[in-house]
Amino acid sequence: MFLELLIILAKIFAIILPLLLAVAFTTLLDRKVWAMMQLRKGPNVVGPFGLLQPFADGLKLLFKETIIPAGANKGVFLIAPVLTFTLALIAWAVIPFGDGIVLADINVGILYLFAISSLGVYGIIMGGWASNSKYPFLGGLRSAAQMVSYEVSIGFVMVTVLLCVGSLNLNDIVKAQETVWFAIPLFPMFVVFFISALAETNRPPFDLPEAESELVAGFQIEYSSISFALFMLGEYGNIILMSAMTSLLFLGGWQPISLFGLLDWIPGPIWFFAKTFLVLFTFCWVKATVPRYRYDQLMRLGWKVFLPFSLFWLVLTAGFLVTFDLLPVKG
Amino acid sequence: MAFLDRTARAFLLTELVKGMALTFRYSFKKKATINYPYEKGRLSPRFRGEHALRRYANGEERCIACKLCEAICPAQAITIEAEPRADGSRRTTRYDIDMTKCIYCGFCQEACPVDAIVEGPNFEFATETREELMYNKDKLLANGERWEREIAANLAADAPYR
Repeated sequence: MFLELLIILAKIFAIILPLLLAVAFTTLLDRKVWAMMQLRKGPNVVGPFGLLQPFADGLKLLFKETIIPAGANKGVFLIAPVLTFTLALIAWAVIPFGDGIVLADINVGILYLFAISSLGVYGIIMGGWASNSKYPFLGGLRSAAQMVSYEVSIGFVMVTVLLCVGSLNLNDIVKAQETVWFAIPLFPMFVVFFISALAETNRPPFDLPEAESELVAGFQIEYSSISFALFMLGEYGNIILMSAMTSLLFLGGWQPISLFGLLDWIPGPIWFFAKTFLVLFTFCWVKATVPRYRYDQLMRLGWKVFLPFSLFWLVLTAGFLVTFDLLPVKG
Repeated sequence: MAFLDRTARAFLLTELVKGMALTFRYSFKKKATINYPYEKGRLSPRFRGEHALRRYANGEERCIACKLCEAICPAQAITIEAEPRADGSRRTTRYDIDMTKCIYCGFCQEACPVDAIVEGPNFEFATETREELMYNKDKLLANGERWEREIAANLAADAPYR
């Protein structure tokens, strides 16, 4: 009993520690890619190639004073960043890093992921509301509306994928892509999912909740020190999570690129990380390319374009599968 | 037809793909920035940086306390007091520049008949306190000694255009 608990704890640490490192380096990757595309060098002073920059930033934040606004709802104000951070971490329980290499191999994995990523909005709306200040409040409201809007199309995209798999288990979803990655037959859905993922994680061009030119920093304005750091960690954790989900649902997760079995010797986790990294890079790449959406455009895109489009593709896929009798049958 | 064209473009994300390709190409271009504290950009010989008071080669101060710089300074940053020295030559007893007032217009060096006050090539003289920016004569002369080589080279390079 005790030993089992200990093993589970060890497994959790084995996931969380590299994950936190990955989050730290994602902030650096983000800045480096952004700089590269703007013909700048990016952070390069702290450590070789600026590799220690995230730790310097973290230390700086750690030593700053935690300021709680006088009008703030203290409890909620302090819980909000913790919630964001925790939710970004616990989603990793069901992510398979390789064939069967997963902390909790539950058969509703994708539903769990969807539930957790939906809960993410609470951290932001709580932070925005508890700050008891105008800009954070507006930022929180925007964020809530945005996340809810894009979750709908993400949901439809997931259902489309699930139709092709016939299982909610993430391991099965990856296994179903052994012959062909879903990014190829479901390419439009792949694009919709990626763009919705950008909106879901409040990344440019959908970074309206923290639109610095209008809302200063949105829901993060009143935050400082470690609570701000937790928000940042949570945000980047969610970005990595969304990248991992994209690679699981559409890029074949830990499946190798077939190439007549030439590359099969590379272990699954490496494939998974490489694909996730590729999606992460694209996240940063998009950030460096596009300007921010206007709020009404964002809502129009979510409700008037993505929702009907993904619904149409869902029906089309379902119709196709039924007509040609290709519906997957699982025991 | 135009509607179809526009819709097709929008759904195929052609503009976005083009834009992404452009930024990707740009990421391999030569960087526009330099590695500042370790690398520095080229400065014109006319660059107007930190002030310095120069001396002649024999060590004599150039400044003759004519106060033309004090008169022309639009920010009134310069304060000069003068009296005859023991050997009868007119010299400054006080030459202060308030660097927090100075606007680096270069009028002082233009006004100077003996090339005594100049704005050198140094632009890295940030201080931790405000008081350190109230330069006195000693500080300005020390600057002159420190930067004489660069200042002389700059003056020589700019001489044909004067």
